[in-house]
Amino acid sequence: MDIAAGLIQGFAVALQPANLLWCFVGVLLGTVVGIMPGLGPPATIAMLLPLTALMNPAGAMIMLAGIYYGAKYGGSTTSILLNVPGESASVVTCLDGYAMARKGRAGAALGIAAIASFIAGTVGVLGLMLVAPPLARFALAFSAPEYFALMAFGLSMVVLLAGRSMAKALLATLVGLWIAGIGTDLFTSTSRFTFGRMELLSGIDFVVVAIGIFAIGEVLANMEAREEPQVLPVPKGLRNLLPTMQDLRDCRFAFAQGSVIGFLVGVLPGAGSTIASFISYGVEKAFSRRREEFGTGVIEGVAAPEGANNSETGGALVPLLTLGIPGSGTTAILLAALVLWGFKPGPLFIAENPNLFWGLVASMYIGNVMLLVLNLPLVPVFAQVLRTPVYVLYPLILGVSIVGIYGASGSLFDLMLLAAFGLLGYLMRKLDYPSAPLILGLVLGGAMERALRQSLMMSEGSLSILVSRPISAVMLSFAVVILLIPLFSRFNSWRLRALEQKDS
Amino acid sequence: MRRRSPDFWSGLALAALGGYIVIQARGWDYLTEDGPGPGFFPLWYGLGILACSAFLVFFGKDSPSDWRGAGRALATWAALAVSVAVLKWVGFALSFAALTFFIVAVMYRRPPVVAALVALGVVAGFYAVFPLALGVALP
Repeated sequence: MDIAAGLIQGFAVALQPANLLWCFVGVLLGTVVGIMPGLGPPATIAMLLPLTALMNPAGAMIMLAGIYYGAKYGGSTTSILLNVPGESASVVTCLDGYAMARKGRAGAALGIAAIASFIAGTVGVLGLMLVAPPLARFALAFSAPEYFALMAFGLSMVVLLAGRSMAKALLATLVGLWIAGIGTDLFTSTSRFTFGRMELLSGIDFVVVAIGIFAIGEVLANMEAREEPQVLPVPKGLRNLLPTMQDLRDCRFAFAQGSVIGFLVGVLPGAGSTIASFISYGVEKAFSRRREEFGTGVIEGVAAPEGANNSETGGALVPLLTLGIPGSGTTAILLAALVLWGFKPGPLFIAENPNLFWGLVASMYIGNVMLLVLNLPLVPVFAQVLRTPVYVLYPLILGVSIVGIYGASGSLFDLMLLAAFGLLGYLMRKLDYPSAPLILGLVLGGAMERALRQSLMMSEGSLSILVSRPISAVMLSFAVVILLIPLFSRFNSWRLRALEQKDS
Repeated sequence: MRRRSPDFWSGLALAALGGYIVIQARGWDYLTEDGPGPGFFPLWYGLGILACSAFLVFFGKDSPSDWRGAGRALATWAALAVSVAVLKWVGFALSFAALTFFIVAVMYRRPPVVAALVALGVVAGFYAVFPLALGVALP
């Protein structure tokens, strides 16, 4: 199927009234969770995952993806009005966005963030549409060794960019692999790490771990502070939210480079939207004629990172849908959602499920338009979300988590596990262990073990199969080089600088 | 000083986990006639956990974490754990209302009347949305 025919088919799916409604619900929820500091898209998607079991998969995927990219629009609002990023991808927007708000230009900052997000988000979807089908065709040649190498490469990239300490990121990944290994071995029916509990024979449900670590862990971390932050006022009226023609001219390069950088970074596993936004901000500053003014309220300093973090979404869906390899915590949860509904993301995904793939692509075009409409005139309304008392919000998150888990499994044992993983998520934050590698290790653990064992069965036990095939040899070499980077001081100092910027 | 650092203690805990995984994995087949056995993969990631945690124990950073506010977080977690543990006997409405009351009244020091109203409202909202509107059973 060619791209034009696919897109027409996709719009036929996405424009069905029910799917339009789910798209709207997704982007609306995404905007709200993006605005709320302390409630990110992975937590929200994980909490809603059990409820989507009741839905049509196309509608459910359209809604969850809407939350994913909608949150990136919403995140800028909090950065600009509160100097607190609504989600991690909007960290860098605080620098110039909040400075603009303090100078009385909050409206222009919010407006340019929405426009940049729309342009780059649309370019990202265009990239997804053009790159995913040929990549899927190329990946048809992959067998078990290539898949194992690809997963090892993906995990090593996540380890490289997930936290300051690669040892901790690696440990988180390995613990994720261990949790994935709990239960009955499918090859030999041996029960592993079940501690004599019948409930563990079928393994630990991914949703329990994801909700525990992201949602409960986040609530616990946010409970540490008793004070609630103060919000700057939002100008009322659409005219006050529209940037001037001069603003738009100043942002032309930011729109273009943010779109391209965001998409390319998104395709790489592990890098994610936070890194994309920092690279784009850095490039904008480096090529700007007024680079010394960056950080004091320069409009391009808002447009570039906001564009990049939205374009990244399209890029991140490329390896997820064509190779079955997620690059971040959120895409790992989307992968789990697809598996939960009975799909197998990988090279055959587009060919076997054209309605779902093209419907998703078309819904993202529509969702970006909805977000532009929602985020320009209605941003003062959304800003009111920031005034929701946290003592109402946190019990709601805990309640949805409990009901979501119980609704999916009907097991009180899973609720105990939920509490345990919530504590683990909180401790990981306190002890500076990144959570994304654990989630990725958990999601990929079963497939990785299966691919490795199948590879060794093909080669009658010889590990040489992993290095004698060119694609797997190249990817495993990259993975080894990535894990050895800390030994090379020059590259490691670059990595640490990038992560310091990400954390600042 | 190093012995008191969070990296040291977390490394030690993970080393214990790694040791447990390796011991368990050694009890299962490593290689069988059909290929790798159930002990193959766990043995390698268990060894990986041991190696990385040993690195943290010996070379982890000395600086302590900021634990201010941890008491509030851990108290909330304890309340959550208790509310989950008693669900079986008292049901969702009572246990979740008590958890909400605790968060509002104790953690955020709002008047008991406000806390009771929030608890009641949240529980009523859950009943309206889940069993009534969505048909999802509450615990």
